[in-house]
Amino acid sequence: MHTFAELIIVFVILMDLALAVTGSLSTCIKLVALQGVVAGVLPLLAGHGAPYVRAALFAAVIVTLKGAVFPWLLMRARDKSGARKDVEPLISYPASIMLCLGAFIASSWMGSRLPLPETEVAWIVPASLATVFTGFLLITTRTKAITQVLGYLVIENGIYIFGLALFVEQPMMVELAILLDVFVAVFVMGIAIFHISREFDHIDTAELSELSDWRRGEYGK
Amino acid sequence: MIMLMMLLPLAAGALAFMITGDRPRRALLLWTARLHSLLTALAVWDHAAGGAVSGFISGGAPFRTAPPGAAAWFSFDPLGLFFIAITSSLFLGASHYAVSYLAAEKLGPGEKADGAFVFNNEPETVFTGCLLLFLAAMTAVTASRHMGMLWASVEATTLLSAPLIYFHRHKRSLEATWKYLLICSVGIALALMGNLFLGAAGLKTGAGLDLDTLLIKAALLNKPLLKAAFLFLFVGYGTKMGLSPFHTWLPDAHSEAPAVVSALLSGALLNCAFLGILRVNAVCAAAGLADFTGGILVLFGLFSILTAALFMLGQRDYKRMLAYSSIEHMGIVAIGAGLGGAAVFGALLGALCHSLTKAGLFFTSGVILAAEKTKRIADVRGLWRRAPSTAALWLGGFFLITGTPPSGIFLAKFIVLREAVSLKHYGLAAAYLAFLAILFAGMTRVFISMTFGEHTPKPDEKPFEEPAGLLAPAAFFFGCVILLGLYIPGWLAELMRAAAQNIGGKL
Repeated sequence: MHTFAELIIVFVILMDLALAVTGSLSTCIKLVALQGVVAGVLPLLAGHGAPYVRAALFAAVIVTLKGAVFPWLLMRARDKSGARKDVEPLISYPASIMLCLGAFIASSWMGSRLPLPETEVAWIVPASLATVFTGFLLITTRTKAITQVLGYLVIENGIYIFGLALFVEQPMMVELAILLDVFVAVFVMGIAIFHISREFDHIDTAELSELSDWRRGEYGK
Repeated sequence: MIMLMMLLPLAAGALAFMITGDRPRRALLLWTARLHSLLTALAVWDHAAGGAVSGFISGGAPFRTAPPGAAAWFSFDPLGLFFIAITSSLFLGASHYAVSYLAAEKLGPGEKADGAFVFNNEPETVFTGCLLLFLAAMTAVTASRHMGMLWASVEATTLLSAPLIYFHRHKRSLEATWKYLLICSVGIALALMGNLFLGAAGLKTGAGLDLDTLLIKAALLNKPLLKAAFLFLFVGYGTKMGLSPFHTWLPDAHSEAPAVVSALLSGALLNCAFLGILRVNAVCAAAGLADFTGGILVLFGLFSILTAALFMLGQRDYKRMLAYSSIEHMGIVAIGAGLGGAAVFGALLGALCHSLTKAGLFFTSGVILAAEKTKRIADVRGLWRRAPSTAALWLGGFFLITGTPPSGIFLAKFIVLREAVSLKHYGLAAAYLAFLAILFAGMTRVFISMTFGEHTPKPDEKPFEEPAGLLAPAAFFFGCVILLGLYIPGWLAELMRAAAQNIGGKL
């Protein structure tokens, strides 16, 4: 079973790299959804700890949310916003992938340094940290509001895998509360994107720069 | 009782979305706030009256209503009780303000509130509903006894307050809302990572994330992982608390939200995030890492005060100025918590007085905005001629917030300073005083120039009638702060001492 889990980890890392170079917004949404689904079924394959029924139930909820509900919400936001269908990165794609690779190397180093409990699945800690870094990369170097939400989701995926790696058992109620929060977060952000596109005729967050203490913006004119 | 305190605003919030009539909805808001503060007062009274209970607390075991042995998700220890007391009284004032405010907004829909934009307001149902749910989430934050539940509640406060910031539906408030949502959500995601590290630190001992178990087993936790947990949780909750350099969302959100929301964000929400840091700090202190965590708290606290001081000079927007002053005070309470000992008491007193004063100031700033239709400091002159009571409150609030005696804030700042000196951190004490002096100078310029001077009427200016309903809560809060500076009632002092002991302070 673990070989399969390890394959999935490799898959997650590959998807991080793919996210760094994908230019199409809808592909990005699909990639993030796929990554969420793959991460969601990971605990079933690693198969430890929790009773199987609970784990299966949980995986089902996660797969539905991350695989169906979130992409649907985001696709809808993308269509309604009438934005350009590419991600418009601030840095070039080669630079993105270099950063992503660098993040992966740094995470491997960190993973080996942290006094974490021994994991049964190889590479799970570096993969999770690299995913978190990729999320930050998406948030900081892409200009669209949707890609920032995607970045947030990628970070969430990374943290989820990280939690699996550490075997931290959260009680059911807490996990449900966390999932609910993430769901509402994406929902609220989706609404916000809709409003942004209506107010500004675009969802380019680089234009969200009126509020500042520096001489630009409202008072500087 | 705790369940009731959470379910009441929750149910009322859900109900508010359904009520179409303005009057019953506003009455619902008002009475929920009143009932909630009554319940809080009962809980505090229960704590104060139960001598046996407080003896139990000083032994390190927290106050809980559930039978011992059964893990309670929610219960109030003195620290949680102290913070819910702040939150609830603040919400009480805010609800009274909000009712008058919403009535006034209704009269002039789409009115130019800031001179530049025509915009529509959010439906009042959404606003009131989110306001009440926000209260429920904050109650959950203060009562959480499980780090995971605490995290979920803090994230819930972010999501529920985002629609509140976007009450005035125009570009600038949307920008502020987006930044707030994204920066805080990502910050809080890091806190989730911190929770995982915390869980990993106690994996061998089976401590889990239950706060009480963690405190008992603190000495057995894996130290390096605990340090990592603290760092992540500190950055996560520190973002929400507005500590520099993670504060970037704060001035935008505070300046663009309606005054009542700014008051709640600044007075209640920042404290809730601070509580998150205090909780993990208590665990670290119990594990013998107080020097490490204290150092970080002091460092970032001081940096926050410096940031606030720098941005205070040359500030052009008076609501932003108040926001930076909030960053300053969060810095002060962080330093207090970091120094430990008697300073923890100062930090708690500072948190209480800052909440009341800042809420009062934001309420007053809302009235000024209504009178002058601008947030630019340079465009407000001679306020005392146009709105004398508002001007008096504005100036009074200035003296209170900068810590002029007999303000309670003076006492708090002084206790922190005294502890810094007695611990022989002279450099820290000197920097602290210097930054506070810069802040005082910067704020003096703003408040004096706005209050005094000649008022030049704008072309289409009508005489301004000062709304008593909007000013009364501010006046009440200011009165409380002065009282706290002169005399701290026995039961409050007792509660604060017990709360300080909860997080490793002494007095």
